[in-house]
Parts: sequence; C-alpha cells; structure tokens
Amino acid sequence: MTSTGTTPVLTDPGDVHPDAAMGDDGGKKGGVGDRIYGLLRAIPPGVLWLLVLVWSIPTLGLFVNSFRDRSSQRSSGWWTSLASPEQFTLDNYEVVLGASASAGLVDSLLNSFAIAIPATIIPIAMAAFAAYAFAWIDFKGRKWLFIGTVALLAVPLQVALIPLLQLFSGGAHWTIPGLDRTITFIADFDLAGNTTAVWLTHAGFAMPFAIFLLHNYISGLPKDLFEAARIDGADHFTVFWRLVLPLSIPVLAAFAIFQFLWTWNDFLIANTMVGSNPNAIPTTIRIANLAGDFGRNEHLLPAAAFVQSFVPIVVFFALQRYFVRGILAGSVKG
Amino acid sequence: MATVELEKINKIYENGFQAIYDLDLQIADKEFLVLVGPSGCGKSTALRMVAGLETISGGTMRIGDRIVNDVEPKDRDIAMVFQNYALYPHMSVYDNIGFALKLARVPKDEIDSRVRKAAAILELEANLDRKPGQLSGGQRQRVAMGRAIVRQPAAFLMDEPLSNLDAKLRVQMRAEIAALQRELAVTTVYVTHDQIEAMTMGDRVAVLKDGYLQQVDSPQNLYDRPDNVFVAAFIGSPSMNLYEASLRIEGDNATVGIGSQAVTLDPSVLGERPALRAYADKPVILGIRPEDFEDAEMMADIPVDRRITAKVSLIEALGSELMVHFGVDAAKINSGDPDAIEEASHNGTSTAVGRFSPRSRVRMGDTIEIAVSTERFHFFDPDTRLAIWH
Repeated sequence: MTSTGTTPVLTDPGDVHPDAAMGDDGGKKGGVGDRIYGLLRAIPPGVLWLLVLVWSIPTLGLFVNSFRDRSSQRSSGWWTSLASPEQFTLDNYEVVLGASASAGLVDSLLNSFAIAIPATIIPIAMAAFAAYAFAWIDFKGRKWLFIGTVALLAVPLQVALIPLLQLFSGGAHWTIPGLDRTITFIADFDLAGNTTAVWLTHAGFAMPFAIFLLHNYISGLPKDLFEAARIDGADHFTVFWRLVLPLSIPVLAAFAIFQFLWTWNDFLIANTMVGSNPNAIPTTIRIANLAGDFGRNEHLLPAAAFVQSFVPIVVFFALQRYFVRGILAGSVKG
Repeated sequence: MATVELEKINKIYENGFQAIYDLDLQIADKEFLVLVGPSGCGKSTALRMVAGLETISGGTMRIGDRIVNDVEPKDRDIAMVFQNYALYPHMSVYDNIGFALKLARVPKDEIDSRVRKAAAILELEANLDRKPGQLSGGQRQRVAMGRAIVRQPAAFLMDEPLSNLDAKLRVQMRAEIAALQRELAVTTVYVTHDQIEAMTMGDRVAVLKDGYLQQVDSPQNLYDRPDNVFVAAFIGSPSMNLYEASLRIEGDNATVGIGSQAVTLDPSVLGERPALRAYADKPVILGIRPEDFEDAEMMADIPVDRRITAKVSLIEALGSELMVHFGVDAAKINSGDPDAIEEASHNGTSTAVGRFSPRSRVRMGDTIEIAVSTERFHFFDPDTRLAIWH
C-alpha cells in the first residue's frame, strides 16, 4: 500500500456542497448564473461600500437619535448633533431599561423570549422529523400528504387569527341536535391573553414552511449515505439522529434565524392573542404603546427600538457560525 | 464465510421495467466473482438485491444456507462498498469504520481493537482522527473498505468501488483489493463496467447484458472461448474484430472469405469444430482477436493463403506493441454493447485492429501483407449469435 505519511487536504470544488460553492472558484464557465456572478464580481468594492452606507443611513439616524434628549430630537435633525457630541445622553436607555411602569421594556422583553424561544424550537424539532419522513421513509400517501402540507403555505395567517383565538379561549364543542348533549373536542383552555397562545400560533404557522425547507435539504442528502447506514444496521431513528441531524445543521440554523426574527418582531399575532393583557405583551406591542397619548414618550422610541433589535442581532451572530461550508465534503464523490 | 446463491432471480420495477431476467449464479465460499456488463445491464441491481437494498421480484436468494429474500440488509451479514464511498462526512475515520459495530452494541474495547486492526491492514492508522473531507481519494476508498472488513461479514459486495479514482490509483487499488480479498478469504461480489478490472480481479466473471446473464467463467475461458458475439466483443481491449464472412468447405479443406479475400483455415479448425460443416457455403460471423493478426514480414514462413492484404490507416505505437488499424472490405458486426462506439461500415469497408510486434516496420498508408492465425478464429452463428465450438 502507499505511504500515508502526509495527507493532502482536498480543496476539490466538487466536494463542496453546491449551496456553499459560491465564493472562491466562480464555478464552471458558461451558465447564465455564472455570467451574472461574473458581472456582480466586477463591481468595484468602493461601490459596494457606498451602497452599504446609503442603506445604513436610516438606522444610523435612529441610532444617533436614541442618544439625544426630547427637545433636541424635536427641534433639529440627527445629523446636526454629530458636530457637538457632548449633547449625547444615555437618559433614554436608562428609562427604557429601568423599572418605570409606564416606559420600562424589561418585562416585555422576557415575554418576547417566552414567545420566540418555544416558537423557534418546537417547529424545528417537529419539522425535522416530518421532513425526514417525507424525504426518506416510504409510506402510503406520502406524496399527497406532502403536497397537502406544502399547500398550507398558501393559507394566509390573517384569516385564521380570530378562529384560532376563539379556539384557544373557548375550545371546540358540538351540541348534538335534538339530544341536548354537547361533545367537547377541545377543552376551554382559556389561553387568550397568554403568551402560550402566541407561540402556539407561531409554531403552527411555521410548520409548513419549516417542513418544506428542511425537506428540500434533507431529500438532497446523498442516497448512498442512507443505504450505507442501513447496511451498517441503523434504523430510521438512528439514521435521523446520527446522520440527518448533524448534516442538516446549516439549514436548521438558517431556519432558526428566520423563525426567531419573525416571531421576535411579530406584532399582529401578539396583538390579537395577548393585546388585552398588559402583563403578557411582548416588546413590539410595548414599544408601539410607548409613544403614549399625544406622543408624550415619543423620544424614547429610538432607544427602545435598539434594545428590541439587539437580541436578533445576537441570535444571528451566534448561529451564523453553523453555516458550515461544505459540510458534506468527503462523503461521496461523483 | 458463506456461499451466495441466486436462483432464477427476477427484478421488475414498479413501472413495469424488467431489469433482471432469471439470473442464476452460484458463488462459492471465498470466491471473488465479478459482475460485468455495459451500463444498464442490471449488474448493480443484482448486487443491490444481494445487499437487500432492492426488493426481489422473483426467485430465491441464499446467503450461506439461509434464504434471505425478505431479510433486512443489516441482518444479511454482508458489507457493501459503494461507488461514491458513502462515508459519513461528520464522523472521523475511526467512527466511520466503527459505526456498524457501535450500532451492533459491540463492547467499546472490542470495537477499538477491531477498528485499529482494520486500519492497520489498510494503513490508515495515521488518519484515524481525520474527517473524510481531509483525505485523498485513495484514502477515502480505503476507509470505505475498512468499514466493510471491520464487520467480518459473510460476503463483501462492491459496487464499482474504483470508478472514482484516477487511472494510476485505480490500477494500484485494483491489485490491493484483490490481494486483500485473498488474504481475508471472504466471498466477494464485485460490480464493474470495466472489463480489465473484471479480468484482473475475478476468480470468475459473469457477463450481463440487458438483464440476461451471458456467460460465467474464468477470465481466461471468457477470453478464449466466448459463448456469443456480445461476450466476444465485450471482453478484450481492443475488441475482437467481427465481420460477416462466408465459409467454403471442400473435403477437409475450408476457406473463409473476408470480403473479397479468402483465407485457408488450419486443418485443426475443422477437426476440432465439426459443427462448422453445417455452415458450408453459408454466412457466418467471423471473430479475430487483434493479436491473431501479425505483420507478415515478422513471420516469413506463413503460407500465402493465410495472409490478407490491407492498407494501414492508423498506427498507435504503445512501445510494447503496435496497434495497427487497417481496412477490410467486409461488413462489420454490431456487438450490441450500448457503451461501445459502433463504427458503421461504409462502402462495404470497415476497420480492423491488429496487435503487431513492435519490431514491425509498417507505416501509415502502406499496403501490407498481414498474417492471420486461423486456428484461433472464432465463428458465430449469424442468427443466434452463439459461438460454434463443437
């Protein structure tokens, strides 16, 4: 046998997952995608930096304003204070993060976590199982069940809000005509005004997209891997746990980021489900209410907005390292 | 250690396509059997049925003494090496090799000793902690082998395991796998489309085409006595030259007409193959291996009636031999190999390939005399395409 002393580390572009292959090699010549890629590559970095700057100006203005007091916010533009940084104050942040009953965000931040965390983890956990089953377990009606699931993507959230709220608070009952008997399908959980109602709704509406997205990824894993595992003696659960989950980390992280952002920033569902209960409202509703009557606390809005957006940024940077390039490298070739 | 027996195995897919017809194969204990054939011949399907990855539509499959038609792959006591290696990319080489043992709940220290032993056999010890992505193609191939041998199975199944390696490595790994199989003495079924792999590795070779078994025999017998036109053309590189020819027999003298030229057959041909007499004055398919042509200059004592005259159209000098292409005015026979580029004969002429001695001085464009070894001619029935040997 040959020497195995030195091992070349392969950088064969064929080994990198196609989704991750963009970036250094520019792909093969010819296709439309490659031509567009070439055009975009030709844009000088200076132009890109200019775009970044233009794009960031509103956020920058908001950020500067969050450090200015009420009177200067109301009387002049944010750029005027760039010349006199001594005006900047942390007062807005102190109020927003303080214990003030009328303006504090701390309780609502906890409520937001109580909604966003289960609303992210539960759909991922369930959709991963479902996606694996749809992709690799052969069962009767699989195709139609999958089509049905994906078709649910078309159901607009808004039409279901009030029926759902009714279901959460009043349950589902049916009185048999003429018998004076009532069958209870779902009990009165009385969830209205409760964060549970919010994350349940989020989790439910996330399922079709989560299954669709994860299915697309998982069904694209090489078939040989599953067959090798079958011969090695793995059952479906082992294949799922030891093969599919570790290899699906990039798509799980991507979906987690999207879902967390969406639930964290949601206003509509939260407002419908808990709008009536001031102790359960998330940050989005709290901030909307913050301005108060006649805009009394208007000047707190920029600071509150930055407190609110800090969390998704942390989540994004925490998860983005899981976008592993070429996670399938070395598994199969050809 | 076990035999593998396929008895009247059929495979019909749900869409009605039949991939395998009544396949009968008996693979002896410790035997290295190669399944070879052009693409779409059903060889991989057959292997996957042995593995249990495809259902069996009809027939009986035995591994050892056990009928395994409905046995799960993991319970068949087989190990498979895939064309793409199918390594688990997120696991180290050590875990890849030990995965099956771990799932079988083998004690940790036994897993360790078996994995290390397999790694030692395959010279992978230095790479046990690496991920497959950090290995070269040849090393990955070895990890795939390691995953198979660590289980000490009753049979190895290999599905074109070398086709992703570059040519040089393939030749080396070919020898390594064959040597390893002999050392471990495990029954092996090996699928390939490469007839050189088939010839060099197999104890016996089974040739398949379109789902039908064509012939099973030792490599040398396949080469020397192919049963039909397809096997004759498929085994050997360059392929056997196959032409429409006519046979004339007068007493014990036979001549065969190749286009406008006639060659007298060695008397032994008719003596050993009396069945040829039935083809007197009838068309036959004539097959001539490239090495049965030789530059007549190199063999001065060859009688004139065992020579043909032809114009050289191309010479490939390989150092040890010359591949000489020349024109023959006889119609070429299509062997039915879907992977081969069948060259149509135009204007009644077609190309023949001869394997000449490197000392031959022929040049392109020359019209030369070519000696033919008539005692090694192959004859086939033009209707059944079966060989005429008796």
